Amino acid sequence: MLQKGTPAPEFELFCTPDQKIRLSDLAGKKVILAFYPADWSPVCSDQMALYNETLKYFRKYNAEILGISVDSRWCHMAFSADRKLHFPLLADFEPKGSVARAYGAYDEKEGECLRALFVLDEQHIIQWSYLSPTGINPGADGILDALEELTQPVKS
Amino acid sequence: MAHSLRPPFSDKDHFQGDINAPLELVEYGDYQCPHCGRAYPIIKHIQSQLGKELKFVFRNFPLSESHPQAFAAAVAAEAADRQGAFWKMHDYIFEYQSRLPLEPFEAFAKALGLDSQRLIHDMQDPALSTKVDADFDSGLHSGVNGTPTFFINGKRYDDSWEEEDLLAHLQRMLVKH
Repeated sequence: MLQKGTPAPEFELFCTPDQKIRLSDLAGKKVILAFYPADWSPVCSDQMALYNETLKYFRKYNAEILGISVDSRWCHMAFSADRKLHFPLLADFEPKGSVARAYGAYDEKEGECLRALFVLDEQHIIQWSYLSPTGINPGADGILDALEELTQPVKS
Repeated sequence: MAHSLRPPFSDKDHFQGDINAPLELVEYGDYQCPHCGRAYPIIKHIQSQLGKELKFVFRNFPLSESHPQAFAAAVAAEAADRQGAFWKMHDYIFEYQSRLPLEPFEAFAKALGLDSQRLIHDMQDPALSTKVDADFDSGLHSGVNGTPTFFINGKRYDDSWEEEDLLAHLQRMLVKH
């Protein structure tokens, strides 16, 4: 898995049935990448619901969150509408899992993304990453700690 | 990543039981969450089993996007606290959770014999929503990942909270203590 200090690999993925988003579209913003195994599964649903409640906290740090799984854009659209999510879910669908692989966050055996989190600074350098056990929702504390640390005034 | 309770318990928290009890169980809960509703009688049983060995603390974690009445319910319980009835309101809401979307909090207050006008008035006080927000914020920083999330003696508890599992866990901790 890519570690702190690594420039985040660029990607372009569908975020709605007819729109794509590139990482570089978010230039000048901190970015949280939340790779997760599958739409609809219980742990992923709880995790995405939690981030949905946490958006205003993320935005306070000038950060946007992107959820990424191998589910298709149509599946994401239904899941997102059902759970009333207010942030984009990206379809790492074709070639399957290629973005997750680039970040070292792909589970070859299951054919799904791992439950991996990355926090990128405004220059999109990875500043924090965390691999959660697949069955456990990591919560938002690690992300918030990383964002807080990035916002600390530089010590002279 | 170790998830620990931030900030730790203080006497400003809502708690039941002996403040110096060897076991401290903190719940981050949402009054409209069905899982929290199911946890409610389990906690009651565990409290009666463990008696003075257990301090139970409740902090608010309303998932407003999923549960439209959860935040207002949290504020209502905080408002009831001003009439010395936090736990009465807490219990009542969980016991009659299904009425949340249907009945005004005024009716809840009346059923509990509280001053309902005062409760409605107090619910408008921004200090109470600030308190609920502060609980939510502390939950996020503590690693709350859904509701209910429990912390036992300051550490997030990720295992089953079915009554026999949670009770057995607490009893094992008591032996070690």
